[in-house]
Amino acid sequence: MSEAPEFLRPVKVHAADKGQTVTFGPEQPLKLDCGKSLSSFTIAYMTYGALNVAKSNAILVCHALTGDQFVASENPVTGTPGWWTTTVGPGKPIDTDRFFVICANVIGGCMGTTGPASIDPSTAKPYGLSFPLITIRDMVRAQAMLVEHLGISQLLAVAGGSMGGMQALQWAASYPERVRAVIPIACAARHSAQNIAFHEVGRQAIMADPDWRGGEYQLQNVSPSKGLAVARMAAHITYLSEAALQRKFGRALQNREALSFLFAPDFQIESYLHHQGQTFVDRFDANSYLYITRAMDYFDMAADHNGKLVEAFGDHPPRFCIISFTSDWLFPPAENKSIAHALNAVAANVSFVEIKTDKGHDSFLLDEPEMFGTVRGFLNALADT
Amino acid sequence: MNAPVPTSVTTALRPDLAAITAMIRPGTRILDVGCGDGALLEHLVRTKHVDGRGIELSQQNVNACVARGLSVMQGDADTDLVEYPSGAFDAVILSNTIQATERPRTVLEHLLRIGRRTAVSLPNFGYWKVRASLVWNGRMPRTRNLDYSWFDTPNIHLCTLSDFLDLTRLCGAVVTEAHALDENGETRPMKAFAISNGKMGGPNLLAPGAIFLLKKS
Repeated sequence: MSEAPEFLRPVKVHAADKGQTVTFGPEQPLKLDCGKSLSSFTIAYMTYGALNVAKSNAILVCHALTGDQFVASENPVTGTPGWWTTTVGPGKPIDTDRFFVICANVIGGCMGTTGPASIDPSTAKPYGLSFPLITIRDMVRAQAMLVEHLGISQLLAVAGGSMGGMQALQWAASYPERVRAVIPIACAARHSAQNIAFHEVGRQAIMADPDWRGGEYQLQNVSPSKGLAVARMAAHITYLSEAALQRKFGRALQNREALSFLFAPDFQIESYLHHQGQTFVDRFDANSYLYITRAMDYFDMAADHNGKLVEAFGDHPPRFCIISFTSDWLFPPAENKSIAHALNAVAANVSFVEIKTDKGHDSFLLDEPEMFGTVRGFLNALADT
Repeated sequence: MNAPVPTSVTTALRPDLAAITAMIRPGTRILDVGCGDGALLEHLVRTKHVDGRGIELSQQNVNACVARGLSVMQGDADTDLVEYPSGAFDAVILSNTIQATERPRTVLEHLLRIGRRTAVSLPNFGYWKVRASLVWNGRMPRTRNLDYSWFDTPNIHLCTLSDFLDLTRLCGAVVTEAHALDENGETRPMKAFAISNGKMGGPNLLAPGAIFLLKKS
């Protein structure tokens, strides 16, 4: 699927920079939960390490809301290191010397996989808001097609944090026979009212930007970057903790000795958030943000199974290693633990870890030696059996 | 459950683990509450092919269990047992942990509810050396296995074997097997009458610890 140059491309990712791509034609449509289908779609993905002869060492890593396929290598758009190099790479807990790691940009994304900024083949224009609403299950369905395309009948594991953890859970529910173990980190089996609320703030910020143009900004060659930046700033606060913010910034002033008595950023925390917002708009599409946050809001595994989470995982669920962080108030340990309890009730093989840290939700991306120990030990024991 | 069992205790309890192992039937579902680094659970999985699960509080021990390929929940017996369905396990093990729980009665009631059989090992504060230590020194006893000062011990609910048997009766449990532990950690079966009169004359004075197999009466 080529991107027509006459439309604004919100994220300047060149064809050669997407990693690998696979396009499924109309003969293999992606059937979506909303009832519609994508009759032609592309998945952009990266692989690391080598698939063994038995094809038994493949691990799918799922990215979070604003992540991408560049889990362990430089992001070509931003030039920054892969988003999970703490955990994935040679000699790392998800060891690419031992495992074949796959990471794909989700459906609805903007780093090469088909999303709202892609060109709709039926109109030759960007989808914009005509892109169908997608769900976590749709993302996983697309990943399953990719895994099959790669000739892998069973993954060793699916791992991910936050929205990536939701996908790992969904893999266990949708394709229990195609994955031996899942590692959902800092996630929940459903999005809470508070989580939906924060997402709605972000979406309203985007839609309140006059340059959003009812979602058709690409056609008009503008970009709602102010709204998207505000959405990112608000969301970023939820990824941290009060203690971490206090430790990192406190009330420290930014490039000044005294309060300015103006609304320019006086405090370091303000300038930090501005920076987070500004760098985000260069690598993310506003409509993708709307679609993917909506997919997370719709996530409720129990609701898909008569309100009973225990029924979501069937008779032969894979092994689970559920990891949570004490200071994560976006997906608190109790939410993670309730998944483990539901699994215990059906005698599943589930481990649950609650790691003590004050770094908040984003702990899974940071230097957390206990998490590394858990993931490394779990995967090695799994691969050895 | 409120503190990791020190390594010295784990090492000293080897025969106790062996005695517990002997109580476990092959191929059954086992929950080890306060499973430590998973040594017993792994042993049971390997030798008895049990379907084993663990609960453990310490991060280091949880990671050790996960690295052994065991399924373990990081959590606290005092708060987490309520989440387990009744009759979910063939046997539940509480090894040298009950004295460290906040509410031993509630914990024991949950164990009896969750498991069809419950194996409990515990130190005996009725042991003559412990009694003598208090009499002669006038200070709270410190034993080889429970070597803590009174103000920083995780073992907040110490009891004698007779006390424990009283609790089992309060919880509506019967003892189906009992083993006394000697100074060297070796075990020997207790005579039935020692248990039946509730006073535990011999073992309550002579054994540093014991293992009981319980079931709901």
